[in-house]
Amino acid sequence: MHMTVTDLACARGSLQVLAGVSFPLSPGQALILRGPNGSGKTTLLRTLAGLTPPLSGKIVAEPDAIAYAGHADGLKAQLSVAENLRFWAGIFGGSGIDDAVSAFDLAELLDRPAGELSAGQKRRLSLARLLVTGRAIWCLDEPTVSLDASNVARFAAAVGAHLAGGGSAIIATHIDLGLPQADILDISPFVAKSLPVSDPFSDEAFA
Amino acid sequence: MSFWEYANPRKFMATSAMLLPWVATLAALCLITGLIWGFFFTPDDFRQGSTVKIIYLHVPAALMAINAWLMMLVTSLIWVIRRHHVSALAAKAAAPVGMVFTLIALFTGAVWGQPMWGTWWEWDPRLTSFLILFLFYLGYMALWEAIENPDSAADLTSVLCLVGSVFAIISRYALVFWNQGLHQGATLSLDAEQNISDVFWYPLLVCIAGFVLLFVALVLYRTQTEIRVRRLKALIAQERMA
Amino acid sequence: MIGLFKRDLALAVRAGGGFGLGLAFFLIVTVLVPFGVGPNTGILSTIAPGILWLGALLACLLSLDRVFQLDWEDGSLDLLATSPLPLENVAAIKALAHWVTTGLPLVVAAPILGVLLNLPGPGYGWLMASLALGTPALSAIGTFGAALTVGLKRGGLLLSLLVLPLYVPTLIFGALVVTRGAAGLDATTPLALLAGITLATIATLPFAAAAALRVNLR
Repeated sequence: MHMTVTDLACARGSLQVLAGVSFPLSPGQALILRGPNGSGKTTLLRTLAGLTPPLSGKIVAEPDAIAYAGHADGLKAQLSVAENLRFWAGIFGGSGIDDAVSAFDLAELLDRPAGELSAGQKRRLSLARLLVTGRAIWCLDEPTVSLDASNVARFAAAVGAHLAGGGSAIIATHIDLGLPQADILDISPFVAKSLPVSDPFSDEAFA
Repeated sequence: MSFWEYANPRKFMATSAMLLPWVATLAALCLITGLIWGFFFTPDDFRQGSTVKIIYLHVPAALMAINAWLMMLVTSLIWVIRRHHVSALAAKAAAPVGMVFTLIALFTGAVWGQPMWGTWWEWDPRLTSFLILFLFYLGYMALWEAIENPDSAADLTSVLCLVGSVFAIISRYALVFWNQGLHQGATLSLDAEQNISDVFWYPLLVCIAGFVLLFVALVLYRTQTEIRVRRLKALIAQERMA
Repeated sequence: MIGLFKRDLALAVRAGGGFGLGLAFFLIVTVLVPFGVGPNTGILSTIAPGILWLGALLACLLSLDRVFQLDWEDGSLDLLATSPLPLENVAAIKALAHWVTTGLPLVVAAPILGVLLNLPGPGYGWLMASLALGTPALSAIGTFGAALTVGLKRGGLLLSLLVLPLYVPTLIFGALVVTRGAAGLDATTPLALLAGITLATIATLPFAAAAALRVNLR
């Protein structure tokens, strides 16, 4: 599934953080976002996912194509691992819970309440959720936080399988996932140096 | 030249700076004339005695308490539909002014009600609806204060203003259903025949004009302040980015 | 949609405090009133309709800040917003779940508390009818308030300040139904007006709540 981003400007709060971001994303391609802390990786991902409206520019993608996974795991502590997965599968109308469970080695944890999992296990569960959404474009924000080396490999394998199946992914991460299809997009050049031209309160302040 | 050009902060600042002294002077003139005329040069009412003279504060304040909310409703709608920042800031600027007018109306009402009805407060539909209006103003202002991002605050307070307006109207009718009330009929009414004699009517008109002008002057002034705050924030942001 | 509803119910049951807390609060408020106004049964039966409605209203208010806050904190709300489910539906389902876990138990418990306050005989039917028809409006209005304040650190107090004035018409008509009913009068008119408010809030406020959620998520 294709996605084209043209001249995108994004804001965090009321502050413009990125401007002029453009890239194409084709099926089977992964884009690794790089940039120092605070440069706007999270903002860009939230904008792509449709949570934050862009200040200007265009994002062309099919509707309901994007699955977003942010810093928070989005899990309910009182529900079991299986219930959490089933819930999101139901919401997204997706299937493939079994694949998700095996991809992230969750079979033994299925009946445990999510609240009793370790941080790394929670992360695996929240990544497994991506598989049950059935969405083609993954927007992932630091997905490997609190994963150990073997689970990072597991995650990389899951992304690889997703790409091989015609999906694509935009991942903000500092770790080398070892994906051959991955292109790196350094967002430092896009960091906004000034207020947007459209800011009605800036025009006169500097006149 | 379109009306919407005033939605540009620069244009608004220039125009309001030009208007403000005139509006403020006129407001002061009208208020001084109207209040002195009303307080000292009108006869006592044959039933209510000299207490009737509080009408020159009470009626204009009550009128503007409602009109201020109406103005906030309109400016909120303009913000929601056309995204003009000055409109949202004008709504923010009008809220405390409207709240103070509501308080004046409530206070003068209590002072008037004591000799007339023998009580400071009565759960009459009119009085009660002003109390509820006061609560709406409080909530609206509290929401503005609570949200950091100014655009989000403008959006959320606009939604609250729209929903609140509908509920304010429903409350008004619910209150009539709830209690028939002591309050005399409307002093001013567009359809009914005039129920106030000319002697009281003319100074009242001057006072109303004074309150309207005072409201306009205060809102212009406060909107200017809000715009300056936003410019300052823009400057600081620019400084940090460079 | 049903999945979200079921999950919210399951969470309310398992987390504890979903069903129980509101009810316990209702009970305590009602029990405290005679301590405040004295044990005179005549006075108590006069003010019973108002107290019961006010107690139910406060019990509803108590759990409102949880409607979206937990989902917002753990990131579920972001995911729901990117899901195929429109936020309008999310808001409506949240209001429904809030009503089932808070309003519905109040409807069932109210007659028992009515006995404590000496509510006159004919009032019981009207009490249950008015609460059954009126509490959904409380949940719908409250969900809107919760959506407005979801991102705020101290949203709870602000939520009460915003929501309580909006509760005025519902409270007036609801308590009026019971007052008239308890006096043996016909209360169909206020009951119909109450139902009108409920229907109007259910039909429109999920849209306002969704608009507020979108602003708060960005």
